[in-house]
Amino acid sequence: MQMIEITTSPLDPEQVTRKVMRDSNGAVVTFLGTTRDNFEGKRVVTLEYEAFEEMAVKELEKVRQGLLDEFGIEDMAISHRIGRVDIGETSLVVAVASPHRKEAFMACHKAVDWLKETVPIWKKEVYEDGSRWVACEDHEFTHEHASAVEELVADS
Amino acid sequence: MEITVRFFALYRERAGLSSLAMELPDGASVAALTDVVRQRFPRLAPPEVKIVVAVNAEYAEPEQVLRPGDDVCLIPPVSGG
Repeated sequence: MQMIEITTSPLDPEQVTRKVMRDSNGAVVTFLGTTRDNFEGKRVVTLEYEAFEEMAVKELEKVRQGLLDEFGIEDMAISHRIGRVDIGETSLVVAVASPHRKEAFMACHKAVDWLKETVPIWKKEVYEDGSRWVACEDHEFTHEHASAVEELVADS
Repeated sequence: MEITVRFFALYRERAGLSSLAMELPDGASVAALTDVVRQRFPRLAPPEVKIVVAVNAEYAEPEQVLRPGDDVCLIPPVSGG
């Protein structure tokens, strides 16, 4: 089964979730990232996602494998939509299942934080009068996920 | 040696092209490449922003040595999700 997917088609959260379900698991956590209609008071008309697909698949697999190892679990699926995604639609699905709920919650949270730091996918917000690639210049980009994970651990 | 560099998203729009063949000395590093890129495209990224490079679809450190035939991509700040 394809546990990592990058597609221009609409995402089906139930279909992604089914990939991680099995009888030995007692918990399933599915996160949906959906497209927002505003940025600093400006109306966003639509979004456009672009990926360096070959590398994005590899980086998503690193996220998946890294967290399966960290939490000692076996089931995680990640699907990311690219191309044009209209407002209110789903751009990201992360589904995690584990025997007990804590691991599924934690691994799902960390997966979203990690992939936002390392996976070469870019989002462009399109406004009525222009557009903007998200991730502003003052964003301190790092491909180490360690800092995000440390913050999460400190929060928990 | 000739290295073909690919540009994505913000960098593609700022550079006005999606790929470019660049002539570099044999044994040039990733850092040497980004220096040449900054000279050629001064407005690609502000000086305080590090230009992130992927070589053969893996993030590369500045000291990594490039080889002819490497797939070299410039990675603007990512924003998936």
